[in-house]
Amino acid sequence: MAPVATPFFFYLLSGLALISGILVITRRNPVHSALALILTLLALAGIYLMLYAPFVAGVQIILYAGGIMVLFLFVIMLVNVGRAEKERQFNKQWLLAIAATVGLGIVFVRVFTSSQTLTELLKRPLAQLPETSNTQQVGFSLYGQYMLAFEIASLLLLVAIVGAVVMAKKRI
Amino acid sequence: MQVSIAQFFQRSDYLMSLPMILLTIFALGILLIDLMLPDDWKWANAATAFVGVLFATAGLIKVQIALGEAHRQMVPAFMNSMVIDRFAIYFWYLFLAGAAVAILMSVHYMDVEREHHGEFYALILFSVVGMMCMASGWDVVLIFIGLELMAISTYVLVGFLRRDRRSNEASLKYLLLGAFSSGIFAYGLSLLYGLAGSTNLVIIRQRLAQQMAAAGDHADPVAVLALLTVATGLLFKIAAVPFHQWAPDAYEGAPTSITGFMSVAVKSAAWAMLLRILLLGLAPLHKIWVPLLVFVSIATMTAANLAALTQNNLKRLLAYSSIAHVGYMLLGLIAFGSANTPSGVDGIRGILIYLLVYTFMNLGAFAVITSLRRRDVIGDEIDDIAGLFFRAPTESVLMLVFLLSLAGIPPLAGFWGKYFIFLSLIETGHYVLASLAVLYAVFGLYYYMRIANAMLMRQALDKEPLKIGGSMAAALGVTALATLLIGIYPEPFIRAVDWSLGLSQHPAIAHLVK
Repeated sequence: MAPVATPFFFYLLSGLALISGILVITRRNPVHSALALILTLLALAGIYLMLYAPFVAGVQIILYAGGIMVLFLFVIMLVNVGRAEKERQFNKQWLLAIAATVGLGIVFVRVFTSSQTLTELLKRPLAQLPETSNTQQVGFSLYGQYMLAFEIASLLLLVAIVGAVVMAKKRI
Repeated sequence: MQVSIAQFFQRSDYLMSLPMILLTIFALGILLIDLMLPDDWKWANAATAFVGVLFATAGLIKVQIALGEAHRQMVPAFMNSMVIDRFAIYFWYLFLAGAAVAILMSVHYMDVEREHHGEFYALILFSVVGMMCMASGWDVVLIFIGLELMAISTYVLVGFLRRDRRSNEASLKYLLLGAFSSGIFAYGLSLLYGLAGSTNLVIIRQRLAQQMAAAGDHADPVAVLALLTVATGLLFKIAAVPFHQWAPDAYEGAPTSITGFMSVAVKSAAWAMLLRILLLGLAPLHKIWVPLLVFVSIATMTAANLAALTQNNLKRLLAYSSIAHVGYMLLGLIAFGSANTPSGVDGIRGILIYLLVYTFMNLGAFAVITSLRRRDVIGDEIDDIAGLFFRAPTESVLMLVFLLSLAGIPPLAGFWGKYFIFLSLIETGHYVLASLAVLYAVFGLYYYMRIANAMLMRQALDKEPLKIGGSMAAALGVTALATLLIGIYPEPFIRAVDWSLGLSQHPAIAHLVK
């Protein structure tokens, strides 16, 4: 199988994700932001595919680009879009926030480029990934090594639901 | 591919998680039974929850006996994602004790607040399940999920007084800051996974040690970044300065019994997680985290003790005092981390004893404050406790015991926590830190005595005698008895701590942790 993970596709997809990501926070109309977010999520799904993780890519599309986006759109429909467009989009601290973000970004880049361990890890030959049984592998680790965490996550969701009902409902 | 269950799990896995399973069953039961109960029968939920905690304790005793009979120091369970060792068992007992007393304190209080719902007790039990995962997690994924289970339950419990603006505000603040810190924590964990290629703390420790050895005993910048982000999350959860701002607000707004629960059980769980991660997973990086903790503990003791001096709200005052106690406990970790001699283990011993006595004395103090609540009195200002001696002599004497114990006065339990921490500092040669800590303990005495002064010397603003229900009396009795007993006769408790450290993460026995 010819490799699809060429640099061209990587830059294409990450460029797409970045540009649409910036659009998400700069558009005034929340519906436009939501649509741009779908593009970001799809581009990320493409990157997961390039990493030979079709299961994660599928989940990304079904859950995020599908389910969670629908939820976002519902919320947007409930709020008043007309008024949201006239409000200030960024608060007064945006200059400081940009400076902090750039500073933190420089630190992160420096840390990651100066790390010996990381360069050694990157030089290592890639392990041969099984292309077909990726989903099976996810299943094995989910129901094997991470089974307890998986079960506890179900309690976590239950607690979140109970909590949401308790906080939101007038009479329990 | 044919895979049988037996290759993944053993029967012992389910025995080892018996207390968690029991608590979950009881919590689910409460959620169902609550639907059928009439309004004046809501105390039955508290009874169910209490029985659930008793059952879980019985299950835990069974686990402990099984561990002893097998002559094992530790039993890994669920494919090494969880480990049951004495350290975990010790903390599980602490969580159960904290939850039991908190349930006893809540019965009357939630009735007065007119928010007596079954969900309240179910959430307490669920949060204990989360704590158990945190204390016995070997796999950072399990630790993180346990942390979130505990945190989300606590967010809801803090905001449980839905008609109270303060409670809502506290819950929202706690939720936002908590979610943010969890994000930073998870980022650090993902970096560790990237470096080590595994989510298991033992393997993370091995790989980090190998990488450090390969680089000539220098920590890799990425490892340092991971350490900093993980430490940020951990220090937030134990409410150490500079990540403490949420604590006074959340403590003040929460229902008082939950404030007590948060300040002991939730805090012990965060400590258990911190000890597991720093002493097990990140042990190779101790040369970096020890100076970091020196800074954090000095800042914590300074900021918290100074801020506590001027507080007029009892819950806020005790919130700052609990932050100050975290500062003292961090000193124990410094003593352990900086010394390569066995004497450093006194620091960890000090932390465990501190958490034990702190559980009882702090819950006791909060129980007294909880009992001040009536239909028309919120009862959490210093003025509300004024002249308590003339209204309820027994209670005010108990409160005095708790306050003296919190201040660390000798014949009481709180003394032993401070004693072992300071001892370990002196043994490892941290004289400056030890004298600073003693100085701040004097500060502490001042603000605790302010409460005592109001209680004993001032006139009561409100003459009505306090009504103490049966469950509150039990809560007060248990906490006061424990505070006195540990103070006067500490040997069995110190022996229990030593037993729990029999394995722990002491380097001399670390080779047992393959």
